[in-house]
Formats: sequence, C-alpha cells, structure tokens
Amino acid sequence: MIRFQGVTKLYPNSARPALEDASVEIEKGEFVFLVGQSGSGKSTFLRLVLKEEKPTKGQIWVAGKDLSRLSHWKIPALRRQIGTVFQDFRLLPNKTVRENVAFALEVIGKPRHTVAKVVPEVLELVGLGGKEDRMPDELSGGEQQRVAIARAFVNRPMILIADEPTGNLDPSTSVGIMRLLDRINRTGTTVVMATHDSHIVDSMRRRVIELEHGHVTRDQSRGVYGYAR
Amino acid sequence: MRARFVLSEMSIGLRRNLSMVLAVVLTAAISLSLLAAALVLSKQIQTMKDYWFDRIQVSVFLTKAVTEPERTAIREELVQLPQVEHVYYESQSQAYARFKQQFKDVPSLVKNTPESALPESYRVKLKDPKKYQIVASAVQRMPGVDQVQGKSKALEQFFRFLGYGQKIALAVALVALAAAVLLIFNTVRLAAFSRRRETGIMRLVGASDLYIQAPFILEGALAGFLGSLLAVGGLLLTKALIIDRGIHGMFGDVVNYVSWGAVASIIPIIILTGVLLASITSAVTLQRYLRV
Ligand SMILES: Nc1ncnc2c1ncn2[C@@H]1O[C@H](COP(=O)(O)OP(=O)(O)OP(=O)(O)O)[C@@H](O)[C@H]1O
Ligand SMILES: [Mg+2]
Repeated sequence: MIRFQGVTKLYPNSARPALEDASVEIEKGEFVFLVGQSGSGKSTFLRLVLKEEKPTKGQIWVAGKDLSRLSHWKIPALRRQIGTVFQDFRLLPNKTVRENVAFALEVIGKPRHTVAKVVPEVLELVGLGGKEDRMPDELSGGEQQRVAIARAFVNRPMILIADEPTGNLDPSTSVGIMRLLDRINRTGTTVVMATHDSHIVDSMRRRVIELEHGHVTRDQSRGVYGYAR
Repeated sequence: MRARFVLSEMSIGLRRNLSMVLAVVLTAAISLSLLAAALVLSKQIQTMKDYWFDRIQVSVFLTKAVTEPERTAIREELVQLPQVEHVYYESQSQAYARFKQQFKDVPSLVKNTPESALPESYRVKLKDPKKYQIVASAVQRMPGVDQVQGKSKALEQFFRFLGYGQKIALAVALVALAAAVLLIFNTVRLAAFSRRRETGIMRLVGASDLYIQAPFILEGALAGFLGSLLAVGGLLLTKALIIDRGIHGMFGDVVNYVSWGAVASIIPIIILTGVLLASITSAVTLQRYLRV
C-alpha cells in the first residue's frame, strides 16, 4: 500500500537530511506506529506519502502509484484515497460539526444527496451523533479530534494518516481516539500514525517503525515504544 | 452542487475583504474609463478623418467675373496635373444648397445670405493630400481664380491635438491598468492568505486546483466586471451629455461626431478587458500562492 525505497529528503537550506535512505513497506490493512524523537523525520515521512513534498532521492509508491510519475493534476485523486488527521485538529471554526465533515465531500464535488447520506453515518461511527449542529469551540478536544477523524474517513479512504493525533489530548481521551482508529483499521483501512505516546504504542502492540535522525533504526511487528526504558 | 459551493465560498470571500474588493472595482473602473476615453478619441479622429478625406482637399474659388474660357483653362490645368485625382465643379446654386444644409440650424444666417454671395468653385481631390502646395501654386495666379484653399492649417493642428490626446489617454490608461493589476494581485494574495485554513483543508482532502482557485478567480472576475460596468456607464454619460449635448450644442455640425454605433462597439472591449484582466491576474497570482 505504501512503499519507500531508498528515500532521502533534504529540505532546501538545511544541512542534514530529514530522512535518509529510508526503505519501508506497509501492506494493505496494517496499523503502523511511526515513533522517534522530535525532529527524527516522522512528519516528513507522512508529508512524502501525501506528495506534499517530493523526495530528494529514492522512490515512493502509494496505492500502487509511483509518486514520481504522478503528474500535478493527479495529486488530488491520490489525496482522496488518503485521510489525514493532525494534532491540532484543523477544523473550520465558523462551520458546524456537520458542515466541517460535509466540506470535505463538497470540495471534491460529491453530489448533495451523497453528502446528506454519508455525513450522519460517519458522525454516528465516530460517536458524535446528536452533536452535529455544535460549533467546534463548543466541543472538547477529544470531540474535536473525532470530527477531524470523521472528516478524514467520510470519503472511505484506503489509507489514514495521523500525525500525533493524541498530542493535545489527556490519556483517557487518547484511549478513546485510539479505539476509534483501531475500529477504522478493522474496516480494512491502512493506518499510519506518528506518535510520542509510549503508553499507547505499548498497549496496542502493533507494528512499530522507529526513526532516528532520519534513519529507520527499527521495524518491528507487534512492537513497543522503545527498548531501553 | 458544485456551483452552489463555489458561489457560497465566493460570497464569503467577498464579504471578508469588502474594502479591498471595492478598491479593485474602483481602480478597474478608473483605468477602464481612461481606456474608453482613448478609444472614443480614436473613433472620433477616425470619424473626422473619414469626413475630411472623403471630401475635397483643395477648393479653387473663382471670381465673380470669371469668363467661360478662363473657367475651361483652369479646369484643363487642374486635370492635367499628375497629383490630381478628380475635379468636381460646384456651381453657385450647388454651393448655396450645401450652405443651406450646413447651416440649417442657423436660419437667420441662411436668410441673410443671397445665393450670389457664394462663389462657384472647383473642388479638387488629390491622390496625396500632402501635395496640396503644388496644386495650389499651379492655378493660384491664373485669371479667374479668386483664391485657393487647402485643408486648413488649423484643421491639421486640430487633428494632431486629438492624436496627442488619444496617445496620452492611452498611456495613462495603461499605467492605471498596471496599477489595477498590482492591486488585484495583492488583493488575491491577501484573500488566499486569509482563507489558508479552508484552502489547506481543501488540498488535504483532495480538492483540485480548479476547485480551490475558482472562488478566488470568480471574485476577481466579478470585481473586474463591476469596474467595467462603471466605466461603461461613464462612457454612455460622456456620449449623451458631453459629446451630444455639450460639444455638439456649442459647436453644431462643423464636424461629424463619434456615433452611438461606434460608442457601442467600445463597450464589449471595455467589459472584456475588465473581466479578462482581473481573472487572468487572479489565476496567475494563485498559481504562485495557492497550488495543490
Ligand atoms: N519545511 C521544512 N524546511 C526545512 N526543514 C524542515 C522542514 N520541515 C521539517 N524540517 C526539518 O526536518 C527534520 C525532520 O522534521 P519532522 O517535522 O519530519 O520531524 P518530526 O519527527 O515530525 O518531529 P516532531 O516529533 O517534533 O513532530 C527536522 O530537523 C526539521 O527541522
Ligand atoms: Mg512532526
């Protein structure tokens, strides 16, 4: 589903590559944690998957497509197959919960009846039934993240990318979000999640890829956050 | 669905930077008005040129006491000149008819001018209007010739003056259009910046360039369109009030004035320039600041 082959990313005006000679293969339906210190290249990895950045060297395949051969106008089609969730939720503050989720479908030109049908379904799925008309500032952090997940998932993407989705949440709220991501993963969606949260990684026992200064230093199925702790 | 979405995004954007959009509308209106002025002037010059160049370029007025042999001699002299294309004869009664027509708005003048006051003349059309001097000197001293008139110096200068006016209006219009382009560029950039949250999410969920940019481009096009409508309004008022009432009222039919048809032909140019300039500028700006 996602394949990195000898990928190096050197940002302009930076001395050290953010990612260096990284080779990783993630199968369809996997749940993968991306761990590593701050600045180790996790977000860079995820941005490369979305083709928000181009690799300096190496090749990347996502959903069977070689990203280096993907022309600019086909990038939207790629991103429609990938849902994305961030630490800071990125909701539109002047739109209701329902409108925030519907927005993701409207901007890719989905017909109105489809939007009216699938938005309530996905809000029910993430546990926000009954809060459709709230504004984001009337929700808790965990609830806001559920809206963001609903928006990422409403188009039923093959891949869900989450960059520290629990970074702003307390531990018990985080557990709820992880349950939700686990449920989404069980529908067959590949989930790649960058995180600093050792409890979550240790309790989930899923595949762990560790980055250190841009190098893949560990790739372990059913792994834990770190050895020496 | 798509149209509804794009339109609602556009109206949000318009409300959000109303003052900037107004600035764009007014700048566009001013620059397009100048462009319209330049075009009207060039149409006016064309109209007047057609009027004068179609007509006689040299008039050879004959004395009251001209005899038949003199008349024939003058005619033969004119016809054999290589610079001359055509020679028309205008009798006193023809001259009087033309005079009556020309001054039909001034009945007192017509009433007080007897037919005999108007001289008979040869009206000469030249192959090249600039060769006036050669023709004039050939017949000037012949018996029976009262005076020779060419296209007057004053008229030449008037044309030149109009020509300068047109060039200046065009130059100022270009500068103003450049200012409008810069303003649109900045406005669109600001608009894109103020909506970066929305556009960021749009990119992330896989909206296409066109979909992301359409509201901004339509906003620009609408501002350009409104500006061009203002300019067209100014153009029509200028034709109705300044040209038809003001100048025509003051000077009468000394020349032909630019027609409603000619003015109408300027309108699509103004609107098209406004809309295209604004939307192309917006699109180019977005290529730099808002891409998938
Ligand atoms: N746009 C950029 N331009 C230049 N350098 C960048 C850019 N983005 C990231 N970097 C650098 O690349 C390296 C990796 O950054 P990245 O954001 O991928 O780390 P991370 O693992 O996500 O860190 P964190 O856990 O703090 O989010 C860092 O050294 C960072 O300074
Ligand atoms: Mg990061």
